Amino acid sequence: MREYAVVIIGGGPAGLAAAVSAAEQGEKEILILERDSELGGILNQCIHNGFGLHTFQEELTGPEYAARYIEKVRQMGIPCLTDTMVLDISPEKIVTAVSPREGLFQIQAQAVILAMGCRERPRGALNLPGYRPAGIFTAGTAQRLVNVEGRMPGREVVILGSGDIGLIMARRMTLEGAKVKVVAELMPYSGGLKRNIVQCLEDYGIPLKLSHTVVNIHGKERLTGVTLAQVDGSGRPIPGTEEEYCCDTLLLSVGLIPENELSRGAGVELNPLTSGPVVDESFQTSTEGIFACGNVLHVHDLVDFVSEEAAGAGRHAVEYIRGKRGQDICGKHGQGTALAIVPGAGVRYTVPSILHPERMEETVKLRFRVRDVYRNCYVTVRAGEKQLLRRKKQILTPGEMEQAVIQAEALAAVLPQETITVSVEEV
Amino acid sequence: MYDVIIIGAGVSGCAVARELSRYRADICVLEREEDVCCGTSKANSGIVHAGFDAEPGSMKAKMNLEGSRRMKALAEELDFPFQQNGSLVVCTDGEQRDGLERLLERGQKNGVEGLEILEREELLRMEPNLSEQAAAALYAPTGGIVCPFGLTIALAENACENGVEFRFRTQVDTIEKTENGFRLTTPQGTFQARTIVNAAGVYADVFHNMVSRKKIHITPRKGEYQLLDKTAGRHVHSTIFTLPGRMGKGVLVTPTVHGNLLTGPTATDLEDREATDTTRTGLDTVTEKSAVTVKNIPYRQVITSFAGLRAHEDGDDFILGQPSDAPGFFDCAGIESPGLSSAPAIGSYLAGQIAEYLELERNPSFQPTRKGILDPAALEFSKRQELIQREPAYGRIICRCEGVSEGEILDALRRPLGAKSLDGVKRRIRAGMGRCQAGFCAPKVMELLVREGVCDWDTLTKAGGDSWLICGKNKDAIGKR
Repeated sequence: MREYAVVIIGGGPAGLAAAVSAAEQGEKEILILERDSELGGILNQCIHNGFGLHTFQEELTGPEYAARYIEKVRQMGIPCLTDTMVLDISPEKIVTAVSPREGLFQIQAQAVILAMGCRERPRGALNLPGYRPAGIFTAGTAQRLVNVEGRMPGREVVILGSGDIGLIMARRMTLEGAKVKVVAELMPYSGGLKRNIVQCLEDYGIPLKLSHTVVNIHGKERLTGVTLAQVDGSGRPIPGTEEEYCCDTLLLSVGLIPENELSRGAGVELNPLTSGPVVDESFQTSTEGIFACGNVLHVHDLVDFVSEEAAGAGRHAVEYIRGKRGQDICGKHGQGTALAIVPGAGVRYTVPSILHPERMEETVKLRFRVRDVYRNCYVTVRAGEKQLLRRKKQILTPGEMEQAVIQAEALAAVLPQETITVSVEEV
Repeated sequence: MYDVIIIGAGVSGCAVARELSRYRADICVLEREEDVCCGTSKANSGIVHAGFDAEPGSMKAKMNLEGSRRMKALAEELDFPFQQNGSLVVCTDGEQRDGLERLLERGQKNGVEGLEILEREELLRMEPNLSEQAAAALYAPTGGIVCPFGLTIALAENACENGVEFRFRTQVDTIEKTENGFRLTTPQGTFQARTIVNAAGVYADVFHNMVSRKKIHITPRKGEYQLLDKTAGRHVHSTIFTLPGRMGKGVLVTPTVHGNLLTGPTATDLEDREATDTTRTGLDTVTEKSAVTVKNIPYRQVITSFAGLRAHEDGDDFILGQPSDAPGFFDCAGIESPGLSSAPAIGSYLAGQIAEYLELERNPSFQPTRKGILDPAALEFSKRQELIQREPAYGRIICRCEGVSEGEILDALRRPLGAKSLDGVKRRIRAGMGRCQAGFCAPKVMELLVREGVCDWDTLTKAGGDSWLICGKNKDAIGKR
């Protein structure tokens, strides 16, 4: 069986950044396994700009952003196998994969980094009633058809869900000659970034209907229309508010789900709040030596944060291996105090959700999402009665990921039985 | 002039076609859709019923028992997935207890083997997720599950290999009696045949009534279903029924042969024979009623929902054979549940009658076996390695959710009666059937359909007809506005 120190599952933004970071630590035996024929992952179909503002202080397109990392991977000589689908990861870190060139093969890894990304929620998961005609696509599928194949999936479009991909596709479909009639969003606020609402809808005069959903789908062969209705506070359609829209295409941008089928097989504990693995500050999962980063861990809205997080996972994976090899003193994994981080008022989840004060770096970045829209509020982090952080925020929305940086020394006084709580406090 | 024209390429039509191909005859199947298994056969529970439900002495009882007994051997002969997972009819309170006893008695009269009534304690050992109300159940070890597409496609392919002609997108408009048979008109031309098999599902009464004065009447009875992710597939192991009522067997909860969990169907009588839409009320009813027998069904893991129409005839039984005033016209009508289970028996029964009527000779070159699409995942490690070395396409995974390789999809396109659309591929090899519902693989399958010359980008469809997927290239429409 072939052996590698770090095997990275996925060659998208997370996998690439993790690989580069691991190599920067001096690790030589790294292998990236990518299911597509190209590295870059979903960035390859994201031809709009706006990527890299944090990482490179530039506005790049998705393929350009990916190319920066692919170039580094090439320069550093990190081996990659493309067209390679990982079929299984065992808790002992034996990776089974298949590709047309290599056939079916197994690799023993010392550390595995999960970077498989996420998938879109399909129509079925929403249980939208009606017929099942052609013309209902997830926004990402339409994005692939338009941006990679150069083919139009329809002419008259309604979009359900205001996630970022849906907003981006509203603009793209318009630019390519389709008529986008409306974007309907179930929630009373958008699930996407503010800048996308402005640049993709408002600039093109596309109406956004908040608190609306699709209640019926018409057309037996190809979609002929949808019925929209307003919903009440609990998301139930209000009778009498139905409106018919003629359209041949319905794009869905109704949420992303981390793809953790392989993680489950590796015995990795999942967090029901994120649908991603439970990780500590080193991005290590509940299975020793298996790390996770990017959208497989939790869904991000900016790739820059994916890269940053993945670099951390790559670095920690190497430290973990060195600890095992006895080359470094960082190898204290599995020992010492573990503090639990729990989402408090207004917070949906945090990543990480476990901290090890004795072996963390000087600071740790907690990433979290809020449950609702909050204005003029405070983000606080507490350990028991002690306040570790309190920061004023003008606005918090569920569509934008937040972060809070905690100093290691602030955690020194936290007792093992105390939990750390991240909350939103309204003034 | 054909010896036999079969109207409808559903499971019954294909079963008759396959059994008739044991004889020397010119046989043609006319199907209005672009593929086999597009009507009632496509959207049902996928259950092979043990045979305790039907009225003793009825055609349903007879065909069900024989069909279910033959399913295992047929699955081996034609290489489609079938599993005998056993079934439980759960009664939830004391009053229903009589119903359970009556069902047991009826099953025994029908000749179903191994039936027994189990009490709650034993039931929970078998099925820990049965509801708190579950009191007792009729256990039928011979109950099974089958893939409706797998069965129908296997029958059709085998019939095709044995010389049966299939014509798709050919909708029969009228049937007239002629001196030596029947004349059928379709938009694709006129066809003549000495005999007709009327396997037209919810339209079977329309065709019957064209040739016979003894009218029959079919009501399309809608059933809505919800299909859950494979992670929920082991929530139950057997097929869990409620006690049957006036409208059928009620809402069941069952694993599928592919490892998903399926719940449904509802039962709503309609006028519209095309109303395969799901409804909010229907889907909610499935959720609610399935909870009567099984607890904690993880409905957050629904991956799709669908509706099918059963062909319910007023007489509440299968109508098989010739009406007395229309010799040569063989009905295969009113085929609702247990139609799928009965298909092997219905096929033999009608083929036998037709062979006798036409005095057909045996076909000496009849090939009874058919190989399904190779599943590399079922091979041992080294065998799978060898396969990919020989055929690298089996190493390229196209559908990640169901683990379907390019090699398997190419087989689905190239074999007899191969797939012509996304749904055709999905039904044959499950690409797009999984948790992402074709989000990732659809563009890749489209490319394969085009690359293989099955269609081009502009004629690509989801399921034939007007179900187009692509309307030209980017910016094509801009100049035209």
